[in-house]
Amino acid sequence: MASQEILREEPSRGSFVNDPRIRGLFFQTLVVIVLFGSVWWIVQNVIDNLQRLHIASGFGFLKGRAGFDISDTPIAYTSDSTYGRAIVVGLINTIIVAVAGIITATIIGFVIGIGRLSQNWLIQKICTVYVEIFRNIPPLLVIFFWYSGVLAVLPAPRDSYHLPFGSFLNQRGFYFPRAVWGEGSWLILVALIVGIAMAWFVARTARQRQMATGQQFPVFWTSAALIVGLPLLAYVLSGFPLSFDLPKQSTFNLTGGFQVKPEFLSLYLALSCYTAAFIAEIVRAGIRGVSKGQTEAAAALGLRSGSILRLVVVPQAMRIVIPPLTSQYLNLTKNSSLAIAIGYPDLTATAGTVLNQTGQAVEGVLIMMIAYLILSLVTSAVMNVVNARMALVER
Amino acid sequence: MKHIAIGILGAATLGLMASAASAGTLDTVKAKGFIQCGVSTGLAGFSAPDDKGDWQGIDADFCRAVAAAVFGDGTKVKFTPLSAKERFTALQSGEVDILSRNTTWTINRDTALGLNFIGVTYYDGQGFMINAKKLPGVNSALQLSGAAVCVQSGTTTELNLADYFKANKMEYNPVVFEKLEEVNAAYDAGRCDVYTTDQSGLYGIRLTLGSPADHVVLPEIISKEPLGPAVRQGDDQWYHIVKWTYFALLDAEELGITKANVDEMKNSASPEIKRVLGQEADTKIGTDLGVSNDWVVNIVKATGNYGEMFDRNVGSGSPLKIARGINALWTKGGLQYAPPIR
Repeated sequence: MASQEILREEPSRGSFVNDPRIRGLFFQTLVVIVLFGSVWWIVQNVIDNLQRLHIASGFGFLKGRAGFDISDTPIAYTSDSTYGRAIVVGLINTIIVAVAGIITATIIGFVIGIGRLSQNWLIQKICTVYVEIFRNIPPLLVIFFWYSGVLAVLPAPRDSYHLPFGSFLNQRGFYFPRAVWGEGSWLILVALIVGIAMAWFVARTARQRQMATGQQFPVFWTSAALIVGLPLLAYVLSGFPLSFDLPKQSTFNLTGGFQVKPEFLSLYLALSCYTAAFIAEIVRAGIRGVSKGQTEAAAALGLRSGSILRLVVVPQAMRIVIPPLTSQYLNLTKNSSLAIAIGYPDLTATAGTVLNQTGQAVEGVLIMMIAYLILSLVTSAVMNVVNARMALVER
Repeated sequence: MKHIAIGILGAATLGLMASAASAGTLDTVKAKGFIQCGVSTGLAGFSAPDDKGDWQGIDADFCRAVAAAVFGDGTKVKFTPLSAKERFTALQSGEVDILSRNTTWTINRDTALGLNFIGVTYYDGQGFMINAKKLPGVNSALQLSGAAVCVQSGTTTELNLADYFKANKMEYNPVVFEKLEEVNAAYDAGRCDVYTTDQSGLYGIRLTLGSPADHVVLPEIISKEPLGPAVRQGDDQWYHIVKWTYFALLDAEELGITKANVDEMKNSASPEIKRVLGQEADTKIGTDLGVSNDWVVNIVKATGNYGEMFDRNVGSGSPLKIARGINALWTKGGLQYAPPIR
């Protein structure tokens, strides 16, 4: 102890200026002061200049009447709604396209990534070509490809393609029948929830039983029967309350039914295809990162190749895959702001319109930055939880 | 994305260039030797680059007229193409000295946005255009219920459209783009049934479509759209120079001073013409404004009077062939009226 104390005292010998601890403290304080000072200076300057230029500022404008319409409104919105609500509509549109894109990109990415490792020459080459094409094209071009190259050349509403189940496809989008839930349909929803809960319970019990006795139970088919069967039963019992609103031809467009607009479709497809290429590479790297011995050991235990992938390789690969996957999810969310090029009313588009209609540039940009920041932080937080659950638990 | 960049740039310049902006715009402009003029990204007749890359149109010419007043040389202008969304931030932040970009004068823009509109260089109104070949039965905007309508975002057009359909209890699907070219492409491709913007713009856009003859502009005018140049608030001298350039263009037309006869007119017997052209002895009209005394001569030599500007860019001398209508001088039954230069 004594010798350690002497050692710790030693550096402070000599002048104050040469003490590394005091020096370190001094420079850290200096950096903090300079940082906060410059931020304060910029903010103060902006406020001063806004006042000098007679530009109204503050966030009061969010309560004003918007006066413009938005094409895709997931929540109730009319031109009488407020600017604040218009921005919320945009935010929800961004979340919708981001979530849908993330799910689809993950599925495509895993399929392509595993496909690149396939023994089958054709599958492997097709997957390689996919990755190399989409990875090397800027996302904006992929969006334009879908918007101008694929969806815009579809026929006009009068000559729509008729698809099965009363759906239509034309240059104004994809139309399909909308479910109209009649009286007593809440029973179906309840049945669905009960079904999912029971399926989860069955899966848990089956796993415990397998752990204890080694006996297997057909979990998949039982769960499927519960999740599909129970609502179906409820549907029959409540007297068939479901009807459909079919899209019909009117003067200009098809009316009725549910319309998925080409702006959403092209953005969603482009983001999914583009990000999937990166996810495929991450998945491939993850699988390659699992040592070959693991596969061989599993095979030696008598597992089939499908089970090896599902039970041994993928769980271990996930540990490698999830951290870079998070970055791809964040990229996809932020790339969704490219929607502005094709007129999908995402956060950037609606907040940008509000910005222009009110002239509140500083506030508008601030709102957009904070909204994207929060979206990204939430995505990261969720993925960190997933990562923590997947991480190797050391015993 | 670009408008975010401009927004941040705007915030940054507002923050950092306080001293530069507080010097008078006239001094700043004289120091750099040219006027930075904010124009549209391309609207035939108002501001659009020709095949040589020179900006043409009534809005572009207006900036040349101001340059002629300030420098005696109408070519000392640099043009910045701005989207509807970028335009106000660009002017507020000092990126451009004049916004001459088919912009509608409204009270909100004059007050909350910190701009000063100097006058109305073109009286316009919002209209609708449809493809008559695809929609043969439609001859009034009141038949448009249920249509998909293409419109540019961040414009008064977008707001008037919402108001008009609401007032007439009609429904529509807005198809909204940020850039004019994107709206044009979407309309041409059939993404929407109707194109709405200022009527002058519709005539210009029609010329650029695949088959112009198929498209008709519906008779309804649903709004007042007084288009004019704007400057920043808080610089009265610059505001007056730009405003009186506009008045000088009108007064020159009223007095019959044209690009061709301006030099002869200097020796005119009329005291009014001599006064306007700065030929009065010991005149201080120009220098009081902050420019030279022959500023009106320079303006007319550079761009011609208002009537010449109109005819060349949007009127009979242009492909648009828009009639003078309410844009005629007050002496000919129009609305263009300027206070006297004295």
